[in-house]
Amino acid sequence: MADASGNTKHTIAVLVENKFGVLSRVAGLFSARGYNIESLSVGETLDPSVSRMTLVVNGDAFVIEQVMKQLHKLIDVIKVIDLSVETHVEREMLLIRVNAEPAARAEILRIADIFRAKVVDVTAASYTLEVTGEETKIEAILELLRPFGIQEVVRTGKVAIARSPKARLRRVEEKLGKVAPAQPANQDPRVVGFAD
Amino acid sequence: MEGRAVKLSGARILLECLKREGVDLIFGLPGGAVLPIYDVLYDFEGIRHILVRQEAAAGHAAEGYSRTTGRTGVCLVTSGPAATNLVTALQDALMDSIPLVAFTGQVPTHLIGNDAFQEADNVGITRSATKHNFLVKDGKDLAGIIKEAFHIAATGRPGPVHVDLPKDILVKEWPFEYPETVHLRSYNPTYDGHPGQIKKAARAIVRAKRPVLYVGGGVISSDASPELYELAELTQVPVTQTLMGLGAFPMAHPLSLDMLGMHGTYYANMAVHNSDCLVAVGARFDDRVTGRVDAFAPNAEIIHIDIDPSSISKNIQVGIPIVGDCKRVLGKLVEAVREEMKTYPQGAVKEARRQWTEQVAEWKRAEPLRYEWSDEVIKPQYVVEEISNLTNGEALMVTGVGQHQMWAAQYYRFKHPRTWCTSGGLGTMGYGLPTAMGVQAGNPGKLVINIDGDGSFAMNSQELATCFEEGLPVKTVIINNGGHGMVRQWQRIIYKERFCAIDLGSSPDFVKLAEAYGCTGIRATKPSEVVPALEKMIATPGPVVLDVRVNKDECVFPMVPAGGANIDMILAPPSREVRDRAAKSQTGF
Repeated sequence: MADASGNTKHTIAVLVENKFGVLSRVAGLFSARGYNIESLSVGETLDPSVSRMTLVVNGDAFVIEQVMKQLHKLIDVIKVIDLSVETHVEREMLLIRVNAEPAARAEILRIADIFRAKVVDVTAASYTLEVTGEETKIEAILELLRPFGIQEVVRTGKVAIARSPKARLRRVEEKLGKVAPAQPANQDPRVVGFAD
Repeated sequence: MEGRAVKLSGARILLECLKREGVDLIFGLPGGAVLPIYDVLYDFEGIRHILVRQEAAAGHAAEGYSRTTGRTGVCLVTSGPAATNLVTALQDALMDSIPLVAFTGQVPTHLIGNDAFQEADNVGITRSATKHNFLVKDGKDLAGIIKEAFHIAATGRPGPVHVDLPKDILVKEWPFEYPETVHLRSYNPTYDGHPGQIKKAARAIVRAKRPVLYVGGGVISSDASPELYELAELTQVPVTQTLMGLGAFPMAHPLSLDMLGMHGTYYANMAVHNSDCLVAVGARFDDRVTGRVDAFAPNAEIIHIDIDPSSISKNIQVGIPIVGDCKRVLGKLVEAVREEMKTYPQGAVKEARRQWTEQVAEWKRAEPLRYEWSDEVIKPQYVVEEISNLTNGEALMVTGVGQHQMWAAQYYRFKHPRTWCTSGGLGTMGYGLPTAMGVQAGNPGKLVINIDGDGSFAMNSQELATCFEEGLPVKTVIINNGGHGMVRQWQRIIYKERFCAIDLGSSPDFVKLAEAYGCTGIRATKPSEVVPALEKMIATPGPVVLDVRVNKDECVFPMVPAGGANIDMILAPPSREVRDRAAKSQTGF
């Protein structure tokens, strides 16, 4: 959903060479151009020489287009995918340590149960919960636990994956020569420069 | 040894790689971290090393070499302060898309991060000032990295690449095998434009009533001038050039509109403003070109040919984008235009264009570049005009940054591509002399003229020593107005003549300074002395500095105040009535 100034949140997956310095190139690109990253998470892919970053960026259509193009311009960037334009699944993980006085313990566990959160640590005065889910769910449990007194929270930032096995399958089949490659005429000419 | 790779020191591997890349010239300055390289260089054959006096000069010299020869420039400096000095030249090359490979020394790998002597985070510092950079952490990767560095620098949108070399990597021996090919899965520039888009562009150009070609440095770097010329002639489209594009199209050609933008010509800005189809080729809609973007070519369909997809629709929304190499795309575009013209009666396009080219010619007649002549004081424009006359537009021209740069761009009549080096994007004062030095080193026997300002020249005047020692006969003409003229012009026009921190007086004595470095110094103070002094300068062997004392109040016109629309040019007096006419024709055309 666009806000009053036309900004929308985009979840962008970036496949990069798994080399030192690549993260700072990506982060540096954002700071140098004045774009704001809302979250950034990185991890290795099935191919250990490739890392996948999930970026959440807030901006108008122009900013998002520039972010995509500038990311792709980096030599170590293999591929940039705007997941927001296809159906995808997003998750974030939250670790939260919350006050758990004897009187509140049962209620906290009930909330944890409703949110399918896991208790990962217990002390005499606190519970530490692990919650995964979409941003709205994370926000909701935070809201519910706030009255008990939150000691500390840590969030991973979003990770996201496309839900469209058809497109993926087609690409695999293209590579195997089972189907003819998509006609270049279908390509957006502005992204011809992108390795796809 | 058969079947097994030869083992060489990292330093020798570096030089062997450079030789295989065809490098015969390095601009550099030694220091502790790179001494192993200089030790190999001592008796290494086939590579000339030019010792500069300051590291930024090594970078600028490599830029000049690259721009005029079309080859990748190479510079080599040590760690820490040398690398930080080099950053300005790297950023300059990045902004102007000049292919360079810069090598810096680094402290030994075990000391990296220890705040060792002459340590700086070179790859961190140059990350945003280069197209790409490398830190060599393993000697086994060295040859591959060098191959990749040259590949990245010269392909796609060209630019500077930096390689940081820790000292222990240079000293130790490593198996050496030079890779013949480069494969980077993440880097695949697009060279051929989309055929459908090219067809669309051809149709738009042929059908347009008032088309303009707006060409930039990309035409020069892809050697696309012949294709550009063919397209302009074929379609009778007037051509305007950016500061970086000067030389892409001969200025003497009737279709030439010369430079556009902030200090561009009246006729170029009028033509662009009134155009209905603007074809940008290898140009990036810099703010010095567009002025206020919402008032730039407001009624034109915009076609943009550029190898860098991120340049497209960055500043101006583009109707027909074509990602590709200018030379290849223009070649295809000419073919497509020929096809498109077949559907028209013979000569119809020319006839349709007549009205437009006549209008353009009228603007040219009404408001040519001009200045008021004086018998008393030397006019800077006159100096450039005379340089242009004396060299017949055949010299290799370099400038510093400031008013003199704009006068050089306006009054020198360019004929050929790769005859012009100027700091366009970054606007680096002090660029002139070291760049001219690199141009001269890459073009022995050619006449290299550096038009400089007294402020700009002073920023790197120490390179006179390099010119003298290395036998580089660069001719520098200092347009000496005793201060930072462009700043003074802005303070005059925009800051109500509150002149602050711009007066440099007449010191130093540039004639004596030249002589102190072993060069020849000449001075001209009266208009009648200009031509004899220029003739003497050209005839004198070795590096020469000609100090021309000019009228300090002279301003560069036309001028579009920053943030203004190009149509709101301030024209040189006495042309106010022309400006009024321009304002009227804006609505009346």
